[in-house]
Amino acid sequence: MSRLAAKFEALAKTGSKALIPFITAGDPRPDFTVPLMHAMVKAGVDIIELGVPFSDPMADGPVIQRASERALTHKMSLKRTLEIAAEFRKTDQETPLVVMGYLNPIEAMGYEDFANAAQRADIDGVLTVDLPPEEGIECSTLLKARGIDPIFLLAPNSSEERVKKMDAAGSGYIYYVSLKGVTGAGHLNAVDVENKLQQIRANTKLPIAIGFGVKDAASAKTIANIGDGVVIGSALISKIEDNIDNLDQASNEIIELLISIRQAMDN
Amino acid sequence: MTEKYNMPDERGHFGPYGGVFVAETLMPPIKELNAAYQHYLSDPEFIRELDADLKYYVGRPSPLYHAERWSRELGGAQIYLKREDLNHTGSHKINNTVGQALLAKRMGKTRIIAETGAGQHGVATATIAARLGLECVVYMGAVDVARQSLNVYRMKLLGATVVAVESGSKTLKDALNEALRDWVTNVDNTFYIIGTVAGPHPYPAMVRDFQSIIGREAKEQCIEATGRLPDALVACVGGGSNAIGLFYPFIEDKSVKMYGVEAAGDGVSTGRHSAPLCAGRPGVLHGNRTYLMCDDDGEIIETHSISAGLDYPGVGPEHAWLKDTGRANYVNITDTEALEGFYALTRMEGIIPALESSHAMAYTMKLAPTMNKDETIIINLSGRGDKDMQTMAKLEGIEL
Ligand SMILES: Cc1ncc(COP(=O)(O)O)c(C=O)c1O
Repeated sequence: MSRLAAKFEALAKTGSKALIPFITAGDPRPDFTVPLMHAMVKAGVDIIELGVPFSDPMADGPVIQRASERALTHKMSLKRTLEIAAEFRKTDQETPLVVMGYLNPIEAMGYEDFANAAQRADIDGVLTVDLPPEEGIECSTLLKARGIDPIFLLAPNSSEERVKKMDAAGSGYIYYVSLKGVTGAGHLNAVDVENKLQQIRANTKLPIAIGFGVKDAASAKTIANIGDGVVIGSALISKIEDNIDNLDQASNEIIELLISIRQAMDN
Repeated sequence: MTEKYNMPDERGHFGPYGGVFVAETLMPPIKELNAAYQHYLSDPEFIRELDADLKYYVGRPSPLYHAERWSRELGGAQIYLKREDLNHTGSHKINNTVGQALLAKRMGKTRIIAETGAGQHGVATATIAARLGLECVVYMGAVDVARQSLNVYRMKLLGATVVAVESGSKTLKDALNEALRDWVTNVDNTFYIIGTVAGPHPYPAMVRDFQSIIGREAKEQCIEATGRLPDALVACVGGGSNAIGLFYPFIEDKSVKMYGVEAAGDGVSTGRHSAPLCAGRPGVLHGNRTYLMCDDDGEIIETHSISAGLDYPGVGPEHAWLKDTGRANYVNITDTEALEGFYALTRMEGIIPALESSHAMAYTMKLAPTMNKDETIIINLSGRGDKDMQTMAKLEGIEL
């Protein structure tokens, strides 16, 4: 069983939900990321999504766009993101790691080389925003053969047919994009999410993590009641941006926010 | 290559290129668009309305003009200009916006968005939105807003909101990113009119089909004027819509050579250019697989060209396919050479071309002298130079 599947199974047994932070690898500096990942694990997160910086993050709002830009000024790349993951793994063999990004860096590396590199870095899942299952068979086959879960997105306007498609193509979990919009948008509607989740659950047994629009303990708690996991990204990255001259402070504020979310989710 | 050309396949692939590479929220609207497009493509009422708009609003057919003096001067092939500069709003872009806007209206969309580089597509979109009474938002890189300010003013006059995009390199690719972000946020009421043969399927095929009126007319006009097919076609390539519009109806006519002219900026060897077909590599950007300008890590590289409309790191997937199969040739022209083309046409024929189109003029200056006097070249004069007066005056050190 993959680390992701095992994690969700263990959480389900205790009736608990997965807290999944998203950070951009190398933001604002390459040496900031690994210590932050370990600190987040101590704060009680279950899975980490590590964003691969890309020059043209079409599905991301301004906060994550700027995170990519900061990381790219330090020549961060897919290769170096995997190095960061491998570095983290040296002292943490438990926490599932998902690499999330856009397709072109993977195209440039080559699908097979990427799958091999991801396996060497002991990555658990890969989520490629602009690679729907129709175009992604070659890549996901290579990943699955190496025990890595290909993770796909569903959106508020996804049809039942697409839910079935993601169920067949994906593993690990499904990432439900809770609103029509880019990351960091603010118009989350819990009733809509709840209704949609019913339709999704009727067509897949995969755990469902919900992201986009979660920004504090209250919204995380609402979402945790509906899904199997809560993804939080822009709100964490904002702390880096707000404290760009004092990264210890940035790190502290991220951890504080995650602890408050963890508590709200568990109560 | 087979005799019959019927690209793309059902899922929008031109060989390994094209396809649909977008985030999940965009899959349903793309499917909806494709269904509507396939339906109306063969709807006589839609075609009738489109033809009427092209005739009475755009001013088609555009003339095929024999540039006799320039041909004589170059001492080789006879040069004919397909006068897309004479269209309403001053470029070929309107052929496509008229078509897509009619589609938007049929689909019940009330809001139109577009990206623009030189501003020609933005102006063509704002124009048609004004006419149909649709809300219009145009995304334009902040760098382009500065260098094409006349067109920004035109769009605003027409009632469009122009958003200056400050992210990334602040040019056309970033405007496309921002338009895609708008689209995922407003999918329900919004139609995204892409201005070139890029983006996810069906855009590359759909924009080609709307633009291929250029080649259909040119073929007929050339046969009427010379009694036979042309020997060569020349067009500038940014995203590639004016080029494919001219090329497409000739693809099966093997005797007709095709030259797509990319922007070499400071020169391809300097790395400061916009020539993905000449000097890039395959990758995925903005919803399709094609040749791109990117580094070894897959990050998109900044592009350079004197012409905002060619300043794009990708190119339509069909051109990638035509390159690989050898059906079309892709060449490049530097900023300096493009200016020579600009001045040549202006002074020889009394026609001021857009800086984009000037790249095609400059390549023709190399090509024509290598051909015989009884051979024919058709150049796509994709747009007029009015929008570039400020850029040109500045280059000449003149304050307007
Ligand atoms: C006059 C003119 N020609 C050519 C282009 C390049 O676009 P495409 O390659 O799609 O024809 C533009 C784009 O703005 C333009 O304004």
